[in-house]
Amino acid sequence: MSPELVSLLQLTLNGLATGAIYALVALGLVITYKATEVLNFAYGDVLMASAFVAWGLIVGLELPFWIAALLTVAFAAVLGWQIDARVMRRIVGQPHFAGVMLTIAIAFMVRGLVSMLFGPESRSYPTPWTQQSTHLGPVVVSDLSLVILASAMAMTVLLYLFLRRTALGVSIQAASQNQLAAYLSGIRVKRVTSLVWALAGAAAGLCGLLLAPIALVDISLWIVVLKALAALVLGGFGSIPGAILGGLLLGLIEQFAGVYLPDGSKDVAAYVVLIVTLVLWPRGLLGEAHGRRV
Amino acid sequence: MRFDYDTSYRDGKRLLRYPSQKWTYAGLLLLLVAVPWLLPKYYVGELTYLFILSIASMGLMVLSGYTGQVSLGHSAFVAVGAYAHAWFLTQGLPFLPSILLATGVSALVGLALGLPAIRVSGLYLAMVTLAFAILIEHVLGRWKSVTGGFNGMPVNDPVLFGMDLSGLKPFYFLCLTCLVIVLLLLVNLTRGKTGRAFVGVRDSEAAAASLGIWVAGTKVLAFVVSAAVTGFAGALLAHHVRHITPEGFNLLLSLELVLMVKLGGLGSLRGAIMGAFLIGLVPPFISQIKPLLGDRIAQQFGLEIFFFGLILAVFVLFEPKGLNGRWLKLKAFFQTFPLYRKDVFKRGKSYMKSERYR
Repeated sequence: MSPELVSLLQLTLNGLATGAIYALVALGLVITYKATEVLNFAYGDVLMASAFVAWGLIVGLELPFWIAALLTVAFAAVLGWQIDARVMRRIVGQPHFAGVMLTIAIAFMVRGLVSMLFGPESRSYPTPWTQQSTHLGPVVVSDLSLVILASAMAMTVLLYLFLRRTALGVSIQAASQNQLAAYLSGIRVKRVTSLVWALAGAAAGLCGLLLAPIALVDISLWIVVLKALAALVLGGFGSIPGAILGGLLLGLIEQFAGVYLPDGSKDVAAYVVLIVTLVLWPRGLLGEAHGRRV
Repeated sequence: MRFDYDTSYRDGKRLLRYPSQKWTYAGLLLLLVAVPWLLPKYYVGELTYLFILSIASMGLMVLSGYTGQVSLGHSAFVAVGAYAHAWFLTQGLPFLPSILLATGVSALVGLALGLPAIRVSGLYLAMVTLAFAILIEHVLGRWKSVTGGFNGMPVNDPVLFGMDLSGLKPFYFLCLTCLVIVLLLLVNLTRGKTGRAFVGVRDSEAAAASLGIWVAGTKVLAFVVSAAVTGFAGALLAHHVRHITPEGFNLLLSLELVLMVKLGGLGSLRGAIMGAFLIGLVPPFISQIKPLLGDRIAQQFGLEIFFFGLILAVFVLFEPKGLNGRWLKLKAFFQTFPLYRKDVFKRGKSYMKSERYR
C-alpha cells in the first residue's frame, strides 16, 4: 500500500477511536433527553466524578480493575437515581429552561465538591488495556479505543432491545410521551424516570472509567460533554443510532480538520459543526421530524 | 393596598406613579452618589464592578427574560465589546466614539448570530449560543494581530473631555451614569411597543404573529439590542480589568450572566440588577468566609463554583420567579397586610408537557 493511503487509514481509525468516545458520552445524554426532555448538563460532571472515584478505588484502595469498575458504575447509577429522586422530580412541568438551569446547578455543585475533595492535580490509573495496541494490517490502534468502540456498540444494541422488547422499556417510552396517561395505565412514572436517570448515570460512570486513562483524571474532563452535544446534534437530537453515527462522524471530522485545515481548526471543528447543523439542518442525520403545533 | 385611579391619560404613562416611588428612587440615587465618600475604597471598586455586571445582565434580560430566547453564550458579546473598545482606543479614537463604535460592533455581531439563530429555539438555541461563545473565545485567542492572542492586550485609560476617568471615584460615577442611562433606555424600550412585541413573542409566537407582530424581525431585534447593551458593558469591563485576555470571557462568565437573569427573575429589569448584585457578591463573600474554613478547602477554586450551584438550585427549586418574585411577594404582603394569603402566588400540580413540537 502507498504511504498516503496508510496515513489516510490511520487517520480514519484515529478519528473513529475519538468518535467512539463522543458516541458513548452522547448515548448517556440522549437517554435522559428521550425520557424526560431534560438536557442533562450535569452529565459531564457525573462522568468526571466517576473518573475520580475509579482513581480512588484503583490507586487509593488498590482494588482489582474489574471490581473497581463495577463499583464505579454502581456509584454513578446511584448518583443518577438520587439526582432525579431528590432534585429533578421537583421541577417536573416547568419549562425546559428550568431543567437546563437545575442540571447546570447540579453540575456546578458536583464540580465544586470534587475539586474540594480531590484537589486540582491530574492523575491517571492503569487498566488491563493500557499501553497495548492491535495491528490491523499496516495501521495501529490502541486496545482501549477498541474497548470504547465495542462498549458504545454494545450499549446501543442493549438499549435498543431494552426499550423495544421489554415491558419496562416500553413503559419508559410511554412515560416519556405522556406522563398522565402513563400514570393512568398503571406505570410507576416516578420510579421509571428515576430508573432512566440511573441508567444515564451508569453510562456516565462507564464513560468516566474508560475516558480517564486516555485523557487523565482531571476536573476539565466534563468538557467532553460539549463535544458530545455536537455529536448529538449532528446525528439527530433524540435518536439513539443517531448518537453513535454523529459521534463517529464528529471524531472523523475533527481528525481530518486537524490535518488538512489551518492550525487551531481541530479545537473548534465540533462547535462549527454544531452551529452549522442546527442552523441549516436542525433535524440532523437520523432525527425525528418535528413540526410546529399551535 | 393601593388602587390605580387615573385622572388623565398621562397618568398611565408615567414612569414613577406615586410620590413614595419618587422619594424612594431619589433617596437611592442620593445614597449611590454619596457612596464613594461613605464606604472604604475596596467596596467602591466592588460596587463599580457590580454596576457593570448589572448592565450586562440587563442586556441578557432583554433577550432571555423578555423575548424568551435562551442564550448560554453572552460572554461572547461582552468579549466583543471589550476587545473592540480596547482596539479602537489603541487606534487613537477618543473615549466616547470608541465606546459607541464598540457597542455598534457588538450589535453587528449580535445581528450576525441572530439572523441564523432564530431558526432554532429553546434548547437548540441554547446550544448554538454556547458553541458561538466558545468559537469567539478561540477566535480572540488566535487573532494575534488585533487581540494580542492569549497574552491579552492592555486597555488605555478612559479620558472624557480632557478628564482622566480611570481613578476610583471618577470611574465609579462613569459606571453609575452608564447604568442609569441604560436602565432608563431599557425601561422605556420594554414598556413600549417593541417591548410588548418581545413579550408577545416569548409567550406565544403563534398569537404574536396573528396580532401582526413580525416574529422573526422581533427576535433578531432582541438579539441586536441585547448584544449592543452587553457589548457596552464589556467595554466598561475592559476599563475595570485594565488588561483583557480571552480567558476572562470564558464559559463561566456566560453561565454567571444566565445565573443573574434566572436568579433575578426572568422578565424584569429590577431582577436583572438584583441578580447581578447577588452573583457578583458571591466571590467577595467566599473570600471573606475562607479563613473560617479549613486550609485544605480554603485553597480550592471549587468552593466558589459550589456556591453558585447551590444558590441556583435553591432558587430553581423554591423560588422560580427569582429575587424579583420574592420582592413582589414581600410587597404584596405589606400592602395587604393582615389580609395576605399564601395561595396568591401558589402554583398548581403539574405534569411534564412535551416541548418537542413547539
